[in-house]
Amino acid sequence: MNNFNYTRAGNIQEAMSLVSQNSDAGFLAGGTNMVDLLKYNLVHPELLVDINHIPEHRGILETEDGGVQLGAFATNAETAYHPLIETRYPLLSRAILAGASAQIRNMATNGGNLLQRTRCYYFYDPNTPCNKRKPGSGCSAIGGYNRIMAILGASEDCIAVFPSDMCVALSALDAVVRIDGVDGTRSLPFAEFHRLPGNNPERDNNLQPGEIITSIDLPEKGFEKNYSYLKLRDRSSYAFALVSVATGLDLEGDVIKEARIALGGVAHKPWRIKDAEDFLAGKSPSAENFAAAAKIILNGAVGYGHNNFKIDLAKRAVVRNCLMALNPESQQPGAHPSI
Amino acid sequence: MQTVSTGLKPDVHLTNSRIISLHVNGVPRIADVAPWVSLLDALRDHLDLTGTKKGCDHGQCGACTVLCDGKRILSCLTLAVMKEGAEITTIEGIAQDDVLHPLQKAFIENDAFQCGYCTPGQICSAIGMLSEGKANSRAEVKELMSGNLCRCGANTNIIDAIMEVKNARL
Ligand SMILES: Cc1cc2nc3c(=O)[nH]c(=O)nc-3n(C[C@H](O)[C@H](O)[C@H](O)COP(=O)(O)OP(=O)(O)OC[C@H]3O[C@@H](n4cnc5c(N)ncnc54)[C@H](O)[C@@H]3O)c2cc1C
Ligand code: SF4
Ligand code: FES
Ligand code: FES
Repeated sequence: MNNFNYTRAGNIQEAMSLVSQNSDAGFLAGGTNMVDLLKYNLVHPELLVDINHIPEHRGILETEDGGVQLGAFATNAETAYHPLIETRYPLLSRAILAGASAQIRNMATNGGNLLQRTRCYYFYDPNTPCNKRKPGSGCSAIGGYNRIMAILGASEDCIAVFPSDMCVALSALDAVVRIDGVDGTRSLPFAEFHRLPGNNPERDNNLQPGEIITSIDLPEKGFEKNYSYLKLRDRSSYAFALVSVATGLDLEGDVIKEARIALGGVAHKPWRIKDAEDFLAGKSPSAENFAAAAKIILNGAVGYGHNNFKIDLAKRAVVRNCLMALNPESQQPGAHPSI
Repeated sequence: MQTVSTGLKPDVHLTNSRIISLHVNGVPRIADVAPWVSLLDALRDHLDLTGTKKGCDHGQCGACTVLCDGKRILSCLTLAVMKEGAEITTIEGIAQDDVLHPLQKAFIENDAFQCGYCTPGQICSAIGMLSEGKANSRAEVKELMSGNLCRCGANTNIIDAIMEVKNARL
């Protein structure tokens, strides 16, 4: 870890001006990713601005348009167990509780969750080439050990995946990210927040330097009747996803009115394919139809050797999770191990 | 003490090492720590409270679990300066004088450890879990204790011990 300075910001303006005046300054929220990156010497800030004591943006609040606003500084645990989230957006609650551990969820904030870095092994190993860590140095995962890497949307420069569970549900729910900057506020639809690696894998998302996430807004529709989050991993708890699926279904009798399917663990961002969701609209919720949708979602998927298994695994996970979304028995609140 | 020029407002605290005050196990404590010192290292090396253990130092094992304002957190991924003014409870602070905490007793009675290295974290985590009130069954206790790894494999007895205390409270 390098030597750095630390200060607590009392409000958003102070936090933003401190960080935007100094290109070597960064925000510190729960610290669960930042402190780890400091220990691996992957970040070398001159100043960390602690945003945990800013009184605003800590709540989970109903909005005027019928949705719910998640404060960026609320913890993952506060969010997952909040009555509004448990009852109206149980898909989000389950996805958050599938991630990390109870201790980490008590520390991690909603804003920080969106900005966590990849878990690619080479990214953490300074002795190996990695374009995300050192642009232009090459990608060790291509041709290297790549069991956990991407099968969709990767580039010749980077095949890393974005490891969040929470964000897979936020993607399925069409969340909107609210951002403050010294030049004013803006918002980004969730699909436009994270990036594919392309030629700039060092950039995970479209947040600009000095900008701060203030909230994540959920539209009214929560798919609280038919939803499921399936996380497949190397052990049944406290491990990152190999493949995860968030499904929300809006059913009218035996017909799907609207389907949402987002995948985690397969790409540099949560993966959603509108064509697959459109295909399901108006059809019956059958295993055959879900399998056809899964095929559309995985269209163009490529493995890099060790991760070839993810293509079939993802297809089967989509079908299984959509069938689980039909079954209220599988929809109990709380944290659950992988099955 | 080293002063770094960053061109920031003068009222920003810019010296590296600083005095912080914490309440640890109900006692006000002062520590002179640099910003990059983890809460775990501050407890062990600055305050001589070596009950809290360092396993991985990367958030992956739970050995360093302490309670901060009653909530279980990982002290290895927390900077000590972030907790200025907070109430920290470590394994040293959970017995009442000579009377063991019910979880400490249950761990002994259920043979819930071998080497004992994970035990302080397991017990602090279990206290946090019971006060969260989200675990209703053995399966849920197991899931909500998954952030504490035991490399000796005492897990079955650990869950037995926690269930005993949980059931006694109902
Ligand atoms: C062992 C382990 C296992 C984990 N397992 C999982 C898992 O299974 N699933 C999962 O989804 N996650 C998992 N995580 C990751 C965890 O969820 C993230 O580390 C956490 O959400 C980050 O939030 P934070 O508040 O701690 O962020 P910090 O570490 O404080 O910050 C992360 C980054 O975000 C920036 N930042 C934070 N808040 C804001 C804001 N409001 N505006 C602008 N910038 C901001 C910081 O500057 C920093 O760059 C795991 C972590 C660990 C250590
Ligand atoms: S996959 Fe991306 S993060 Fe991993 S080594 Fe290649 S460039 Fe680095
Ligand atoms: S030492 Fe903190 S989690 Fe392992
Ligand atoms: S008792 Fe040895 S690690 Fe748990």
